[in-house]
Amino acid sequence: MGEITKQKDGKSSYEKEQVVKIINSVISKVEHAEDISRDSIFQELRELKRIIDEARKEIGLARPGDIKDKHIPTATDELDAVVDSTAEATGTIMDCCDVVSEIAGKVGGQNGDALIGEVTKIYEACSFQDITGQRITKVVETLKEIDEKVQALVSVLGEQAPGIIEVDDSKSSDGEDEDSVFLNGPQMPERAVTQDDIDKILAEFD
Amino acid sequence: MAVDKNMKILIVDDYKTMLRIISNLLKQLGFSNVDEAADGSEAFGKVKQETYGLIISDWNMEPMTGLDFLKKIRESDDVYKDTPFIMITAESKTENVIAAKQAGVNNYIVKPFNAETLKNKMVAVLGSF
Repeated sequence: MGEITKQKDGKSSYEKEQVVKIINSVISKVEHAEDISRDSIFQELRELKRIIDEARKEIGLARPGDIKDKHIPTATDELDAVVDSTAEATGTIMDCCDVVSEIAGKVGGQNGDALIGEVTKIYEACSFQDITGQRITKVVETLKEIDEKVQALVSVLGEQAPGIIEVDDSKSSDGEDEDSVFLNGPQMPERAVTQDDIDKILAEFD
Repeated sequence: MAVDKNMKILIVDDYKTMLRIISNLLKQLGFSNVDEAADGSEAFGKVKQETYGLIISDWNMEPMTGLDFLKKIRESDDVYKDTPFIMITAESKTENVIAAKQAGVNNYIVKPFNAETLKNKMVAVLGSF
């Protein structure tokens, strides 16, 4: 929370400028070492250290380790539960459809056909479960990316602040396989390519 | 030539719900001889043992995607290299459709779809039924 407050009142921005100012000052003094005392340089470096320590303390208080250990697993578990429960509910709906279809076969005639028609619509609508599952998978992947970025930031600022944990650098976007470029999942309706668009693309090959 | 409604159809999807939906829609279109696989590698094992009149496959599956499965059967020298193949997927970007077409897909359906679209695409691939 401390870090957020600082961003709101502009202190973080001020400290960033202060760090740059101190570094420039130290570089300048080192370049013209004959004009300046070592004490003066040490004083500026001590100020720099204080600011960095403060930043690490703030990040530690934000408990970034909790993001990986608690928040991300909780969020992904909840989302997995959504997928499981929708799958279960969809299964029940389709079980009912099977029973209605069987009865429709016995009813026969116009009424039987009407029942079959409505059951078909329910089957079609049940595909929401597949789409929902894919959308949730995308959200989980995004959460994991956020987690990796936070851990990388923590790694840069040091591992000794409370709540800070080590980063797994073994995963790199460089190593993505060729096929993953295509795996974007369901598109948002306003940006999605329609079946008509797809038919036009396919027709261009004929 | 009339379409044989007893021909064996392979549907491939990692979501059981979707396998069930497609299977039921096929049944209502008169096609009851349906086999299922959960990903491309399982499907590839099946096409080596059975002759299918049509393959309907999802794209995004692990360990083998629908696109890799399509490429694998099209690159083979066996009889199934010409098996009609319809991709049913939520991957609807233009580059996806082009990649699938270049790999040898016969038709492409974007999810969510309805029974009418499935029938139309099957007719386009197999002929009227």
